[in-house]
Formats: sequence, structure tokens, C-alpha cells
Amino acid sequence: MPCTGFADGSAFFKGGLKVPYDFSIVVDKFPIFLPAAIETLKITGASLVFGIIVGLIAALGRISKFKLFYYPSTFYVTVIRGTPILLQLFIVYYGLANIIRLDPFPSAVIAFGTHNGAYIAEIFRGAIKSIDIGQTEAARSLGMTRFQAMRRIILPQALKRAVPPLGNQFIIATKDSSLASTIAVRELLLKSQQLGSSTFNTMEYLIIAGIYYLIMTTVLGYFVHRLERRLAISDRAG
Amino acid sequence: MTGRGEYAVNKRSERKMVEVKGLNMSFGSLEVLRDINLSVAEGEVVVIIGPSGSGKSTLLRCINFLEKSRLGEIYIDGRLVERKEKTINTMRQDVGMVFQHFNLFPHMTVLQNVIEGPTQVKGMSKGEAVQLAESLLAKVGLQDKRDEYPAMLSGGQKQRVAIARALAMQPQVMLFDEPTSALDPELVGEVLGVMKELAREGMTMLVVTHEMGFAREVADRVVFMDDTKIIEEGTPEELFNNPQNERTQAFLSKIF
Ligand SMILES: Nc1ncnc2c1ncn2[C@@H]1O[C@H](COP(=O)(O)OP(=O)(O)OP(=O)(O)O)[C@@H](O)[C@H]1O
Ligand SMILES: [Mg+2]
Repeated sequence: MPCTGFADGSAFFKGGLKVPYDFSIVVDKFPIFLPAAIETLKITGASLVFGIIVGLIAALGRISKFKLFYYPSTFYVTVIRGTPILLQLFIVYYGLANIIRLDPFPSAVIAFGTHNGAYIAEIFRGAIKSIDIGQTEAARSLGMTRFQAMRRIILPQALKRAVPPLGNQFIIATKDSSLASTIAVRELLLKSQQLGSSTFNTMEYLIIAGIYYLIMTTVLGYFVHRLERRLAISDRAG
Repeated sequence: MTGRGEYAVNKRSERKMVEVKGLNMSFGSLEVLRDINLSVAEGEVVVIIGPSGSGKSTLLRCINFLEKSRLGEIYIDGRLVERKEKTINTMRQDVGMVFQHFNLFPHMTVLQNVIEGPTQVKGMSKGEAVQLAESLLAKVGLQDKRDEYPAMLSGGQKQRVAIARALAMQPQVMLFDEPTSALDPELVGEVLGVMKELAREGMTMLVVTHEMGFAREVADRVVFMDDTKIIEEGTPEELFNNPQNERTQAFLSKIF
């Protein structure tokens, strides 16, 4: 049965307005959003994997003393962080169309992956720089190469320090994936807009999408928190 | 003054383990080392003393190229260390370094800290490295801490692990940069004890320290540095009891 008002049965606000929403739709239609939610997860997941790889490379570039590595990395981070994500998405989907016509899904993954990569690069760079110089010196004084010291000593500590800001970026990425609706990727926001405009229950369908996003970001936040605690084992003084 | 003879046994080798020739170093326009010449013979313990900022740490760091000197040459066991990444990495395997702030790897257990060098740099098998590490941890009195993380250890224990980690590379020389300066007074003794034991076993050591008791007891030679230069060097008796240079006299009168 439709629920059109307050719990006590009154269907009117104090001002005399009828509550114009049918929240039973939220419950009834919740399951049909599942495929769209999976699409959202796929875009987010793929663009984060992309972003982590690109981000790590760019972070190493940003701390490199080789100009051929440093300048392109810095250029990449500066351009991506200095322009809107929606513009980046349109450039990949519409702008590049003259050269290569990409489908909406790969366009979204490339645009969001590139976008997240720039932020993840700065997270990694900050984490690497935060590791005491004495760690590198101790590693090098054992005879390790620069690369060995980075891989064995610095990166493991830096990655651990990067977990909280990375978790934050993952949550932002999950929400930003909704922009893919603008190029017709069949993810959560597009789904709610399509159903909403055809039935006039716009709010109800937007709320369904919102609940899905909230569940995803909350679960993600929980796992990041757990990982943080697990990684803290070696820091715990007796 | 009694101990020195004991440590000086077998220390008359002519083989120079470390030789520093004409070393000059500056940070930007700040001159930090001026024409340093110093050598450490095989099995010899040389202690460097001097006021803060005189360049003691920088000298040690130049020897294993943690700082790149402007001018001068370093010889390790008679071989000139060329300023090439590969040569420097190879040289470092023979030169252990112990830092004031330990610099243990916090994400690794005590055992992992100690086997890291031999397994990663020398390609030693894990089993062999663990055996070596266990004997070294026993030597520094920490075999029961092998599976702890550094965060669980006291400063003195951390520094002893750091010594074991450096020894695991089976170096020919050990450099110590104020190894006890970051320790609570009651923990200094355990670290100095390990160092004395090393000296007794004939390890070649170059030690920067403010522990004058250690210098008197263990050093074969004491080097006094002040304001970028080596001012004076000699046996502990010579330097402590009969300093020639007035700067040495001024420094010693301040600390004793
Ligand atoms: N990385 C650096 N950049 C610039 N100046 C430096 C650097 N490291 C050391 N110095 C300067 O070089 C001089 C010598 O420093 P060094 O650390 O070698 O002295 P020290 O004899 O070890 O002193 P202390 O007893 O305080 O450890 C000091 O004036 C110091 O400020
Ligand atoms: Mg110093």
C-alpha cells in the first residue's frame, strides 16, 4: 500500500501541502537497480585499478631526478588536477571521437582512471616523501640500489601511510562515477533519471540511487578502516 | 686507562682499511670539511671527538658516500672508490654504518631487519641468512626478540639490532655516528658493551662519540675535529692527558 504521509496517517504538512512522494516505490523498485549498481562498481573498480597504476608511475616520476620522467609526470598531474572531471570525460568521449570512437564504458574508465591517477599520484608522492630520509640511508648503506631501497623499504611503508587518503579517494571515485550518466553509461544515476522522468517519481528513484551510493561508500570506508588497523600491527608498542 | 692494552692486541696491522685523502666538502657555500686526511688500519678503533657542527657526521657520511664530497678520495681496503653508482654500492657492502637514530625498518621484524641486507644485496639464501642473523642477535643479546617489531623495543635494544643488521653484511669496517646519543643514560652501557666486544674481536671501527670513557678505554687512536678540520690526533693518553693544540685543550676542559 502506498505511503503518502506521516506515520500517524496524516497526509498533510502544517502548511496544508499533500506529501507529494510515494516512498513505497523506494522499497519496491530497489532491486531493479542492481544491474546499474554493478555497472557503477565496474566503472569505479576499473578506473581505480587504472588510476593506481598510473598514479604510482606518476608519483615516482614526480620524485625522480630524471627530467624526462619528472616533467611529463608533473605536467600530467597539473593538467588533470587543474581541469574539471566532466571536461575530461567529454574530451575522451566527444573530443577524441574524430580520432577514435570509444564506447561510453571504456571512455568513462579511461577518463576517470586518468583523473584518479593524478590524485593518487599526489597521495603516493606525499606518502613517499613522508618516510624519514634515514630509512633510505640505512637501506643504501647496506649496499641496496636506489630501486631496491624504494621497493623493499620505502614503498611498503609509504603504501601503508597512503591507505587513509587512498580510501578517501576511492570514495570520491565511487561518487564521481555518476558523471558517466552524461555519456549514457547505464549506471545508477542514469537509471534513476530514466525511470524518474518516465514515471514522474523522480525523487523516489534518486533516493534509491543515493542509498546504493551510500551503501557502497560506507562498506568501502569500513574495509579501509579495517585494513588500516591490520597494517598498524607493526607500529604497536608493547 | 687500564683497558687499552687488552684491546690493542693484534692491532699493529699495516693494512689500511679506510683511507681518506684530501677530502673537502661543502653544503652550498658552507664549508664543512677542509682537507681531511685520515686512515684506519685493519683492526684499529679510531674515535672522532669534537664540538657540535665540526663536521664529524659529515666525514663519516662522506666515507660511504651518503654525502658526495666536492674533492678528495676514499680508499676502502686499499681500493679507490670510484664515484660510480655500482662501485659505491659494492663498497657499501664492506662498510657497515650505525646511525644515531637507529633507522631500523619499522615494517619488518627484528629478524627481517637483520636478514634484509644479506638476502637482498648479497643474494644469500634465506636459511643461511637466518642462521647468521640468529648468531648475530645472540651476540648482541637479543635472540629472544627476533620476531618483535622495532616499535616494541627500547632504544638500547633498537641500536643493538641496528648493529646486528650492519654486521650481517659481514663488513670489513664499521662506522658509528653517535650510536648512544639518542639513548636514555641507563641504556648507553648495553650498546657500548656490544661495541667493546666488537673491538675485542678485532673489528675495524671508526666511531664518532661523546662517550669519553669509551674513547679512553677502547680507542687505539682519538681524532679531535673542530671547525671543518682535524686539529689533533693521538693515542687516548696523548690526546686526553697531554693535548698539544689549545683548541683541543679548550674542548677537553669543557667536558671534563
Ligand atoms: N644536509 C645538510 N645541509 C646543509 N648543511 C648541513 C647539512 N648537514 C650538516 N650540515 C652542516 O654542516 C656542518 C657540520 O655538520 P655535522 O653534522 O657533520 O657536524 P657534527 O660534528 O656531526 O655535529 P654534531 O656533534 O652536532 O652531530 C654543520 O654546520 C651543519 O649545520
Ligand atoms: Mg653529528
